[in-house]
Amino acid sequence: MTRAKDEIKKSTLTALWFMFLTFPILVIRVNTVENEIEWRWLNMAGIGIGTFFLSMLWRYMIRRQEMGTKTDKHDQLSLVQRLLLNRKLFFSVAACAVVFTLAFPHMFSMYQTSIMISALIYVMLGLGLNIVIGLAGLLDLGYVAFFAVGAYSYALLNLHYGLVFWIALPLGGLLALIFGVLFGYPVLRLRGDYLAIVTLGFGEIIRLVLENWNAFSFGPSGIADIPKPPFFGIDLSLTGTTIYIFYIIVALVIFTIFVINRLHNSRIGRAWIALKDDEIACQAMGIDKAKTKLRAFGLGAMWAGMGGVVFAAKTSFINPASFTIWESVIILCTVVLGGMGSITGVLCGALLLILLPEYLRAFAEFRMIIFGAVLVLMMVFRPGGMIENVRQTYHFKKSPDAAPVDS
Amino acid sequence: MEFDYFTYLFLGGLTRGSIYALIALGYTMVYGIIELINFAHGEIYMIGAFTALIISSVLTMMGLPDAAVILAAAAGAVIYASAYGFTIEKIAYKPLRDANAPRLSALISAIGMSLFLQNYVLLAQTSDFLPFPNLIPEFKFWEPYSHLLTSPELVILGTTVTVMVLLTILIKFTQIGKAMRATSQDRMMASLLGINVNMVVSVTFIVGSATAALGGVLIASHIGQINFYMGFIAGIKAFVAAVLGGIGSIPGAVLGSLILGWTESFFTGYISSDYEDVFAFLFLVLILIFRPSGILGRAESQKV
Repeated sequence: MTRAKDEIKKSTLTALWFMFLTFPILVIRVNTVENEIEWRWLNMAGIGIGTFFLSMLWRYMIRRQEMGTKTDKHDQLSLVQRLLLNRKLFFSVAACAVVFTLAFPHMFSMYQTSIMISALIYVMLGLGLNIVIGLAGLLDLGYVAFFAVGAYSYALLNLHYGLVFWIALPLGGLLALIFGVLFGYPVLRLRGDYLAIVTLGFGEIIRLVLENWNAFSFGPSGIADIPKPPFFGIDLSLTGTTIYIFYIIVALVIFTIFVINRLHNSRIGRAWIALKDDEIACQAMGIDKAKTKLRAFGLGAMWAGMGGVVFAAKTSFINPASFTIWESVIILCTVVLGGMGSITGVLCGALLLILLPEYLRAFAEFRMIIFGAVLVLMMVFRPGGMIENVRQTYHFKKSPDAAPVDS
Repeated sequence: MEFDYFTYLFLGGLTRGSIYALIALGYTMVYGIIELINFAHGEIYMIGAFTALIISSVLTMMGLPDAAVILAAAAGAVIYASAYGFTIEKIAYKPLRDANAPRLSALISAIGMSLFLQNYVLLAQTSDFLPFPNLIPEFKFWEPYSHLLTSPELVILGTTVTVMVLLTILIKFTQIGKAMRATSQDRMMASLLGINVNMVVSVTFIVGSATAALGGVLIASHIGQINFYMGFIAGIKAFVAAVLGGIGSIPGAVLGSLILGWTESFFTGYISSDYEDVFAFLFLVLILIFRPSGILGRAESQKV
């Protein structure tokens, strides 16, 4: 009984505190032109009631998490994780997913297909960023710059030299890779949090240069009429092109998944994971820190570049406004929500975060605020993401016929 | 004439630098104590400016005299910004500190908080630029010099110097200052000696947010308009300043801010204003590459 009373008291205090906190910004709105003040007391009531319950939930979750860290974690694999480990089941689910995806443009309208293309571009970006953050543990806040490099390289090469999509796709990836290596080389020896800020700086530099260097990038007005990818010289209808791009991006996503899956268990993939856990121990084991990090950075950038080429081909119009730092944060959010290092996680995270706001139009304006909340809440309550990456662990099982050890 | 232009740019850079310094202090103090880049710090500054705008508009419409409006707006901004700083720390950083989460997690959480606060103000208020009233009056006695430095700029300089002096006193001579210094040296040891580390962290956030809010009010009334996005660029620039001076060092933050203010002012005055923001970012990248410990910072040696 006393505990319930205590809880209510704490929650009431929290609610009162938040009502005080949000009072000027949420309740008062000043119209400086007509000298009117709008009082929105309803908001305050909402905040009061909302925080009362949220604070209870918050404390309950914190308590549960503290309990969780004490108990052994190995036996608590979630349903999805167990599914992933069960190869037979996993393959059948994956096959269903592939069939569904292939049939998708024929089952749904073109509008839906178009949304799905955007979502899949984000999946690709998320998977690329996953190499950098999830595997190598480098926080890259300027990731969208490489996306911009890809998009602009297709747009400009096409404009000046008439390069077609299929040549631009690897070339855009290559250019982004070169940019990644050039930028990564001097900064990768910095510590984690400095690295994040420097990459953010690089991202903004690229965007600002694209915005101001009119002769090169046509400034804020951007580049329009970027051609869609050609299909063996046949002119496709608008619907046909959309479906065609859909299949291209699906193929690219599958290719990405394949590559990352192979990388995961390769020598270099393991070097990344080791580097993320302990840099010093890693160097002592003879792993070249700078080179390994640079590889992750460059590979991540390459995927962003290819995503950029597809993006430019899909929208057929690009301008610097599509490549702000917050775009990087959205991609980061998909990786964090899904689960750093986990391919399935990033896939689900990206689809969820990009598709949900599209279908819940009513919440569209709350999109960014929810992304912000997701980042904080995931870090506080579930740092591993929705579908946590299952690390390979070895268990030593006592065999029954082992000689008993006297203690 | 040539010399006058130089003086004008010099003083302009000084004002700019002092504002950066007010924000950079918060970054540097928080980093000094918990080694976290408080990404949401720029947003605190923005919230300070918004609170001041709201309070001053309401009070002006109620017909209060100018002096009372200025004081109430500044006080309100400081109180609310401190409250936000305190709450942010409790929600987004303290649980992570308790769970011994990696630094990357804390940084991601900070970015989330920044995004959240920006959009909170965007949704609750407006996405437009709001005109900010010029709260600071023109002084009579300053008139002969006002072509070089306007009265508001004089107030900005005066406030910055006062804040610096107060902050130095707080850190050097008070008990909580002593606790702060101890915590920044070794958090574990400080807590073993009976220092309430959580309290010290909260006080740091409150003090840092208060100075940022002052900076927000001053720059808003100087520039004359605010919007929800103002905290981002200002925050990044202040961070650049803090890193330049050596993050964790308070005199370093001031020095770095002044250097950044002057370079920006002279760069835009003599060369070009198109790439003003690019310049700040480039500066950051170059410092971090060539001297990550900053001008006054100590080079960290890694223990194994």
